[in-house]
Amino acid sequence: MTLANSGVAIVDYGLGNLKSVAEAVSSVGGTAEVTSDPHVVSGASKIILPGVGAFPVAAQALASSGLGEAVVHAAQRGSTVLGICLGMQLLFDIGNEFEVTRGLSLLPGEVNQISIDEGPSKLRGTHIGWRNLSVENLGQIHPLFRGIRDGESMYFVHSYAAHPSRADHLLASVKYGGSQIVAAAGDENVFGVQFHPEKSGRAGLRVIENFLAT
Amino acid sequence: MSEVFKKPIRLIARLDVKGSNLIKGIHLEGLRVIGSPNEKARLYYQQGADELLYMDAVASLYNRSYLSQLVTEVVRNVFIPITVGGGVRAVDDVKQLLRAGADKVAINSAAVRSPRLLRDVAESFGRQCVVLSVEAKKTSAESWEVYVDGGREKTGRDVFEWIEEAVQLGAGEILVTSIDRDGTEKGFDIELMEKASKISAVPVIASGGMGTSAHASELLSKSTVDAAAVGRALHYDRLKLPDLRNSLLSEGIGVRDFG
Repeated sequence: MTLANSGVAIVDYGLGNLKSVAEAVSSVGGTAEVTSDPHVVSGASKIILPGVGAFPVAAQALASSGLGEAVVHAAQRGSTVLGICLGMQLLFDIGNEFEVTRGLSLLPGEVNQISIDEGPSKLRGTHIGWRNLSVENLGQIHPLFRGIRDGESMYFVHSYAAHPSRADHLLASVKYGGSQIVAAAGDENVFGVQFHPEKSGRAGLRVIENFLAT
Repeated sequence: MSEVFKKPIRLIARLDVKGSNLIKGIHLEGLRVIGSPNEKARLYYQQGADELLYMDAVASLYNRSYLSQLVTEVVRNVFIPITVGGGVRAVDDVKQLLRAGADKVAINSAAVRSPRLLRDVAESFGRQCVVLSVEAKKTSAESWEVYVDGGREKTGRDVFEWIEEAVQLGAGEILVTSIDRDGTEKGFDIELMEKASKISAVPVIASGGMGTSAHASELLSKSTVDAAAVGRALHYDRLKLPDLRNSLLSEGIGVRDFG
């Protein structure tokens, strides 16, 4: 079983708001298929890896289902991949949530807890809410953020954040206290966004539309 | 707030439902049908609501809920976070709502009866989707009591002790509804919200009594809540989200930059 060229495989490994991601893809004219079949995923030209929850549980689910391997295989063949929230974090080498866990290693770097000390006291441990995105890095705006103005608000909810090893893999960031949190990262065909484009109104939908056009 | 980090307040449109109808009562009682919740939801989304909150106030009484059907429909056109509450009794109920497209689930009565439910849900789906819904009624100058079943049953529990316990168990956010102010449009119970936001280690949503933007600015100047919920005043068109946002912005209160 394969997806038509315009189709997006949304990886169902039991975590994440799959319904909303699928509706978001449809609303910008894409065809979404929510699937837990590794064959469908490895044959897809576009893949969205959603995810909400804890890194070790998700990494385990991806490994035992064969879906992780399918995503890696497709990415190596040149399919475009978009990880959302925990799905973005899983694209990196290592997650340090509760225990040290291997990710998919599609992007070099690791995932660490946001230091509460970095923000004001009222941050309460979880970075939640609408935040203004800085979409320029090294003087460039990535195609994923075409049409998104600098400072656009996106919806975040997370307690861990990715730390890409390569500076040129940073695509967007948000201010957090005195420092920056990585809001998006990627290379040629593998991208991840820490915010939820499917929950960020029109601007978020534009990011999904841009992903479909990559 | 510091110069480097201005955390915007979240403005949440609250939709109380009964069956498939949007309703609104006063003090969580005397429920009156207003119209279609999803029609209003789409309007509030387009007008820049930061989140939606669906509450089925009578689901706890009748052990039934149409909420997942409403959510399934609304997520086709609404792309902001959605919290759903009412009649959630077990981990499976949460699973069903999340699969329908909800992002967070608000739990009140069932958590009071069986606090472990909060931990079970947090462990299964993450703390970020567990909202403790607290219906609070003022009982004396300094104390508020937890009510359940849509504000009908008293529990003898102190609101602030319950919030602290719930956060320990796994609640990731606290929705505090003042029964005294609900549906009155006379302003928030500021003291309640001030105390709740002070003791809570997780974000607090203030609900009950919002009728004007001045009510929101008073709330934000006197408490450290993270979000304000507004229902009735929106439904009857006495308050419009774009006006509310503009008036908060003009007072220097951070709200989402909505283009």
